[in-house]
Amino acid sequence: MSDTSLRMGQTRPEPAARPWEGAEIVLGVRDLRVSYYTPRGPVRAVNGVSFTLRRGEAFGLVGESGSGKSTIALSLLQLIKPPGRIEGGQALLDGKDILSLSEEEMRRLRLAEIALITQGAMNSLNPVMRIRDQIIDAWRDHGEPVNCREAEDRIRDLLRWVGLRPEVARMYPHELSGGMKQRAVIAIAISMRPKVIIADEPTSALDVVVQRQIMQTLRRIQRELGAAVILIGHDMGLMAQFVDRLGVMYAGKVVEVSPVRDIFKDPLHPYTQLLIASLPSLARKGQLQGIPGLPPSLLSPPPGCPFHPRCPFVMDRCRVAVPLLELKRPNRLVACHLYERDEEQA
Amino acid sequence: MIAMPARLERTQDRMGQVLRGLRTYPMLTAGLLLLLLVLLISLIGPLFVPREGVQVGSAPPDQRPSREYLLGTDTVGRQILAIIIYGTPLTLQIGLIAGAIGLGVGMVFGFVAGYYGGALDHLFRGAADVFLTVPGLLILVVIATTFKGAVSVMTQALVVSALAWMYPTRTIRSQVLSMRERGYVQLAKLSGMSGPEIIVRELMPNLLPYLAASFVSAVSAAILASIGLEALGLGPQNEPTLGMTIYWSLYYTSVLRNLWWWWAPPIVMIVIIFVGLFLISAGLDQVANPRLRRAA
Amino acid sequence: MPLGYLLRRLAVFLLIVWVAATVNFFIPRLSGADPVRERLLQMAAVGGTGTGTVEEVIKSYQAKFGLDKPLWQQYLFYLWDMARFDFGVSITRFPNSVSGMILDALPWTLVLVTIATLMAFAIGSLFGALVAWPRAPRFIHALAPPLLTLSAIPYYLLGLILVYFLAFTWRLFPLGGGYKVGSEPSWSWSFIQDAAYHSILPALSIILSGIGFWALSMRGMMITTQGEDYVTFAEAKGLRPRRIFLRYALRNAILPQTTALALALGHVVSGAVLVEIVFGYPGVGNLLYQAIRTFDYPIIYGVTFMVIVAIGLATLILDLLLPVLDPRITYQRS
Repeated sequence: MSDTSLRMGQTRPEPAARPWEGAEIVLGVRDLRVSYYTPRGPVRAVNGVSFTLRRGEAFGLVGESGSGKSTIALSLLQLIKPPGRIEGGQALLDGKDILSLSEEEMRRLRLAEIALITQGAMNSLNPVMRIRDQIIDAWRDHGEPVNCREAEDRIRDLLRWVGLRPEVARMYPHELSGGMKQRAVIAIAISMRPKVIIADEPTSALDVVVQRQIMQTLRRIQRELGAAVILIGHDMGLMAQFVDRLGVMYAGKVVEVSPVRDIFKDPLHPYTQLLIASLPSLARKGQLQGIPGLPPSLLSPPPGCPFHPRCPFVMDRCRVAVPLLELKRPNRLVACHLYERDEEQA
Repeated sequence: MIAMPARLERTQDRMGQVLRGLRTYPMLTAGLLLLLLVLLISLIGPLFVPREGVQVGSAPPDQRPSREYLLGTDTVGRQILAIIIYGTPLTLQIGLIAGAIGLGVGMVFGFVAGYYGGALDHLFRGAADVFLTVPGLLILVVIATTFKGAVSVMTQALVVSALAWMYPTRTIRSQVLSMRERGYVQLAKLSGMSGPEIIVRELMPNLLPYLAASFVSAVSAAILASIGLEALGLGPQNEPTLGMTIYWSLYYTSVLRNLWWWWAPPIVMIVIIFVGLFLISAGLDQVANPRLRRAA
Repeated sequence: MPLGYLLRRLAVFLLIVWVAATVNFFIPRLSGADPVRERLLQMAAVGGTGTGTVEEVIKSYQAKFGLDKPLWQQYLFYLWDMARFDFGVSITRFPNSVSGMILDALPWTLVLVTIATLMAFAIGSLFGALVAWPRAPRFIHALAPPLLTLSAIPYYLLGLILVYFLAFTWRLFPLGGGYKVGSEPSWSWSFIQDAAYHSILPALSIILSGIGFWALSMRGMMITTQGEDYVTFAEAKGLRPRRIFLRYALRNAILPQTTALALALGHVVSGAVLVEIVFGYPGVGNLLYQAIRTFDYPIIYGVTFMVIVAIGLATLILDLLLPVLDPRITYQRS
């Protein structure tokens, strides 16, 4: 019981500079494939994605819209709806493959072990229910006691933890500001102390100042909770400030995974290079501006490397062979034929 | 292989397009087929069934369906088959006229309310809402009893059209409202086009599927209202419309006298017409609003 | 509930009643002649047994409406009468007051229409919600086409079909009327039972043909609602499907549906009026039908006005219920 109750005011040790290094792997995604079956053929939205998440780590996933980020988030909770389908792959949460769980087993796992803060979190709250009832609802369906003083105390502590007044419990969503709604969503997401929190563009509808405050709250809670976070988005500036490692997605594939500092200093994949170069130069912060050319159609992806039609360093190989995501530098994974050449020369 | 002549090829192409369109919108297709069936009955029927059949006393009364009287006869000696064949187009006619008037008025109100907004919007939308709340049939009863006398198919259509404009007004208004802020409308405004010009040249073409859907539902509502009025006896007394047929069958208590061939055929026709119109309007909605397609 | 909201809704109600009264006043006068007066003169001309009575009616009628006064005064008199529910006397059943006759008929209609409409609304909405719900049992989808077809049949024609099969052919229900012939309306248990038995078929025709309509619009609402972020988030919260269906999707989809109910009431009542005629049910529909056949204008106008007032009241009640269902309303508009 003490595991799930929220211990407030308890001091926690300052986190080490890189707390995830050497920490155990909490979530391992291997070769995840998700397709949407449209009348014009299957769209391979997520096409063989692998990454790992260590306990306490903040992992970012960036990419243009349509690159498959949100689909990954939904598929990790088995929330893909027809015409979409998880075609294959594994997601090992503490060694147990959650993609092979039955619907009911998965339901029990949601929120309790893996929580999702959905995209467009501004509308994530049921407009006709008080905040309190939206928290209670989740506890009730996970078999937690709800009709007792303790539950009320837990709600109050929970709200205080995310920076909300206790009165918010009795309010309806429309009585809250955008930032407060977002805090309430975070409160619900952490209400059962999950091991993994997936935040899909959690601040996209908020203004910049509120964005920062929310992200700081999320970061603080993550550290206090010791949970791992997957932050999905397209704002490189936000990523730079809040994540430890960053994965770059392109056309349903992860093309590069590196510690965030390295990726800004020395991007490896040509797509990452263009992304970084396209940022407003001032402090290298800001939204993705886009790069020349269009992302490929996922209905009929080009053969070989999906990025080759836009790649400035395209080689003959790139048009035929799909590059694999491999370790090319210490702690750094990249899927690009350029670095195979490096290896051969070395 | 022998090459096809270019024209034939093009026609086939066109046909192919239409066929593909029909397959994409099965509801629309089914609705059109049902209405086509109704039209065929009223177009081809007269070739085989003489009009005298609708005259009182043209046949012995209360005959069951037989080889001579295919759908039997009613208590005053009219032949049901003839009534259906000659009455159905009259009912459709009332619906089409009233629906057209309703759509016309609704378009004026809807475009003006949606495009200009402000006080005009309040006025037209308010009027539409109030009249939607009021039971239309009763207002029509007041009108029809006041102007009693020799009601013709045309006057019946006019009476019914008095309450056929509210629904088109509402739908068109809300569509115009959502289009008003779009780029090309703004552009037209900046380039100095006048309000009416923008409405006719920019808004109307884009709203075509919605207008068509509104027209169909206005026709359907008008037919419903006219049949309702006629069932109360407030219709063209000397015309064999479907509603008047229902009225007479009720008047002569056909149900209690087991004259099922009297009341059943007009009901079947009415249901075919309503289902057909409903499918067409739902199909047009899908054309106008592709998001609904998936859910269908 | 803020006072402003209440007052605005009340104003809408009064507006509807005023429009109804005004339409009732001006439409007859648009025809040039006063139909009531003409009808009375016509009856006088036919002469016969009732001549004395007719003259009496004309006298009371002229005195009452002040036909010698200017139009605007007549209009004000008229509004005053309407405000007191004074519709004059019946022409054919003089000296019965119209309001008395309506008062006898109205409860029958109110009970029938209210219960049948609410049941159609509830069953139809639930059904429509299930049709749109991916986890719904298979048979729900099989039920959809027949129910939609039923909704294409006007209430009273469906009533006709029901009478033929269930009452005439199989004799399961009475053929018509509101109660057993020979019994007197009273509040006794046996009478209420009998009345309920007589109202099953009329109610069934309203319900069966209404279900499809409500199901269709609810299905649309549910499809929209299921795409909302709060439903996705509810799933991510690991809620049981049943709770998501009831408390998140259906609970929100029912809000616009309730607004639609307020707008559809006029349509529903129009249909119900005709149902009463098919069943010979002793409500205002039948009263109206008899009045139309005898051109008893005071009754026609009185019934029209009263039904509109009743619908206005029902709409008002729905409007006042809406803020209870949807906490956002009171705040948005104040």
